[in-house]
Amino acid sequence: MPSLNVNGQVRTHDAEPDTPLLWVLREELGLTGTKYGCGVAQCGACTVHVDGVATRSCVRPVASVEPTAKITTIEGLSPDGQHPLQKAWVALDVPQCGFCQSGMLMAAAALLKSKPTPSVQDVRENITNICRCGTYNRVQAAIMMATKA
Amino acid sequence: MTATTLPRSPARRRFLATGSATAGGLMLGFHVPMAQSQDTPGEVNAWVQVLPDETVVIRIARSEMGQGTLTGLAQLVAEELQCDWARVRTEYPTPGQNLARQRVWGNFSTGGSRGVRESHDYVRKGGAAARLMLVQAAADGWGVAPAQCSVDKGVISHAASGRRTTYGAVAAAAAKLPVPADVALKDPKAWTIAGKSLPRLDTVAKTNGSQVYGMDLTLPGMLNAAIRDCPVVGGKVRKFDAAAVMAMPGVKKVVPVGDTAVAVVATTWWRAKKAVDALPIEWDEGPHAKLGSAQIAQMLKAGLDAADGLVGHTAGDAKQALAGAAKVIEAEYGYPYQNHACMEVMNATARWTPERCEVWTPTQNGEAALAATAEAAGLPPARCEVYKIHLGGGFGRRGATDWVRQAVEIAKALPGTPVKLVWSREEDMQHGFYHPVTQCRLRAGIDASGKLNALHMRISGQSILAGLFPQNMRDGIDPVVFQGLNKGGAEGAFGYAIPNLLIDHAMRNPPVRPGFWRGVNLNHNAVYVECFLDEVAHATKQDPLALRRQLLAASPKHLAVLNAVAERAGWGTPAKPVNGQAVHRGLAQIMGFGSYVAACAEVSVSKDGEVTVHRIVAATDCGHAVNPQQIEAQVEGSFAYGLSAALLGECTLENGRFVQTNFHSYPVLLMAQMPAVETIVMPSGGFWGGVGEPTIAVAAPAVLNAIFAATGKRVRQLPLKNQDLKRA
Repeated sequence: MPSLNVNGQVRTHDAEPDTPLLWVLREELGLTGTKYGCGVAQCGACTVHVDGVATRSCVRPVASVEPTAKITTIEGLSPDGQHPLQKAWVALDVPQCGFCQSGMLMAAAALLKSKPTPSVQDVRENITNICRCGTYNRVQAAIMMATKA
Repeated sequence: MTATTLPRSPARRRFLATGSATAGGLMLGFHVPMAQSQDTPGEVNAWVQVLPDETVVIRIARSEMGQGTLTGLAQLVAEELQCDWARVRTEYPTPGQNLARQRVWGNFSTGGSRGVRESHDYVRKGGAAARLMLVQAAADGWGVAPAQCSVDKGVISHAASGRRTTYGAVAAAAAKLPVPADVALKDPKAWTIAGKSLPRLDTVAKTNGSQVYGMDLTLPGMLNAAIRDCPVVGGKVRKFDAAAVMAMPGVKKVVPVGDTAVAVVATTWWRAKKAVDALPIEWDEGPHAKLGSAQIAQMLKAGLDAADGLVGHTAGDAKQALAGAAKVIEAEYGYPYQNHACMEVMNATARWTPERCEVWTPTQNGEAALAATAEAAGLPPARCEVYKIHLGGGFGRRGATDWVRQAVEIAKALPGTPVKLVWSREEDMQHGFYHPVTQCRLRAGIDASGKLNALHMRISGQSILAGLFPQNMRDGIDPVVFQGLNKGGAEGAFGYAIPNLLIDHAMRNPPVRPGFWRGVNLNHNAVYVECFLDEVAHATKQDPLALRRQLLAASPKHLAVLNAVAERAGWGTPAKPVNGQAVHRGLAQIMGFGSYVAACAEVSVSKDGEVTVHRIVAATDCGHAVNPQQIEAQVEGSFAYGLSAALLGECTLENGRFVQTNFHSYPVLLMAQMPAVETIVMPSGGFWGGVGEPTIAVAAPAVLNAIFAATGKRVRQLPLKNQDLKRA
């Protein structure tokens, strides 16, 4: 049985090799915090980390992910919801409907990993996730707040 | 603390079905006056439940879709209840319960920015009645008068004897008391929970992946369905070849859905989606197989030229005044179809047996979803139930029930098995209820002294009510068409005093289904009025703010929000250039959904025609402000949604099909394009207005007027992306 390393655990699944990683996470492993929004890597709702890199999992065939690659989903971003970004998100009451927020947080976390003190311009250029409620300004403010934590 | 508004287990439902005064808890509340049944005057309704551990469960009838109504309505109940806010959690009552209990929770419908503005009175009275009963129960126990007792955060005290008890301790006794008929409500000036910028109740669950949306639901033994509906407007399925996909991994069944769609049911959604993509389907493309946007535009153009229209607002004699005007200014505008594009695509989970049908779905209208469930299930509503789940966006799209019917029809083919239907983004884009398409011709008559003496505004285009709720039309008129243009009333008083005015509608209904869409008619009406007034100001060499001030002299609330943004933005003083580019301002104001809103946009346009919206100052007077920081969030969000529409959004038809299928062809605003927003929340008191929608309407005209200031080019057809603003 094929396996994946998700949030520090080895998990097996029986999905076909061309199944997008998103659907393996959601339907085989029960990790529904990662969302389907478009299926064509446009909206970013499905963003997870693969070896620390923000990855739009809706277009990533599961067979292309090595069993040893370390996948992190929103459920594994922090053990207790206390990642500096999560704390900033709560402090600024960022989410509205919330559906895009897992992807926003994962994209932001990857950005801060590669660039711990981004400028506002860096944030605006790098966070390309879609939010229809319009939380962009609070997302931006929360990322900047987290860099100062 | 987080809100727990999860789908209920069967055990939980049985508990709820037993009604009040059970399990040692208190369920009491208040009659929605219009819903009170004559023969059950003593019935206790259920807004508030206090558990023995002092948890206060507040029932929320409206749907949470991001707009914050869950928190706002809970604040209103808690304010009157005087409970401990830290112990509040919320719960959705079900549409089936509402039906069984004579609609004790009133209207479930969540749209038109009505959540707070329509239910503030009865939810506050529900909280106040609960407080009176709890205090009475404590006082009875002590043998003292309730008036000698006081309450603070759910703790009841009798100062004279020093005795104290808690809501949880007296809840069971309180539940046995009669519900007080008359309850006084607090003066909003004395509010300590309502009116405050409290954090939302649902934030934490939305930052760690634990919030369950409809799409995330899993039930034991559940199968998954993907659907393909005819992509041609008005088309049907001619035939399909189920055998071609039955051997694909996980496929369980291929199910025709109505006469327009086919679904594949499989073990997982991805397998169902792959199979439906591979399914050979032959379409009967029907009567609109050649329909295109150009044809629809021609149909609307004819409406602009029609002699008469359905009259929405009239004063004086506009036609005569125009005929005698010293100068006539004329312009034509157009606004395209728009998809809602909620982040969470349409979905529902249904379980059908010959005896009962249950549906779990994110819906803006639980009662309509229940009716649709019953109809599709072929069962009476009393044997059906709908469990509402938080919405991953709604914007009006989830007021419909089309996907609910589909889910039930699919589940009927697999009796006893729960089936989750999830649309693909492509289905969602091509099977919307679209923001209606309209055009507008405006003619302004200027008298010899240069004053605006007459205005004829002819709107031509689609009526939502004619398409969806013809029973709600008034004498053949769709009043929604005139949002923001009315003589008076909560749905938008046209604030401008123009002696000779005619606003009329030539109804032209293309065969595309229209829908309510965050802000809807107010959005294009604001573009037409506010951009055209800007044209009039420039043509008569007046300052756009000065002209508006003069016309709004008798509309103080309209004027106040306009003045607030003009002053904060620095209207009349040059804006600071950004990166060497000149910055220009544009104004807009309108009233709608019970509130007064205005915006001043600061925009620059590069030589190549690239538009940057730097900053928007916005003002909202919604009467009473229940949660100012959430109003700010709604105002900011309104600019993201409104600017998406103005700059980028359009759905076009070719050969009867919508061309846009996903976010690559239906781009929306991204963070990089989002302006800074400064929100002035200026509640003037004395009325209750909505906040989720009105601000959308001022986004486009404020920016378009600023673009004119920057370029001298007047954009009259949206979206902006189709216009060339390059300068020679």
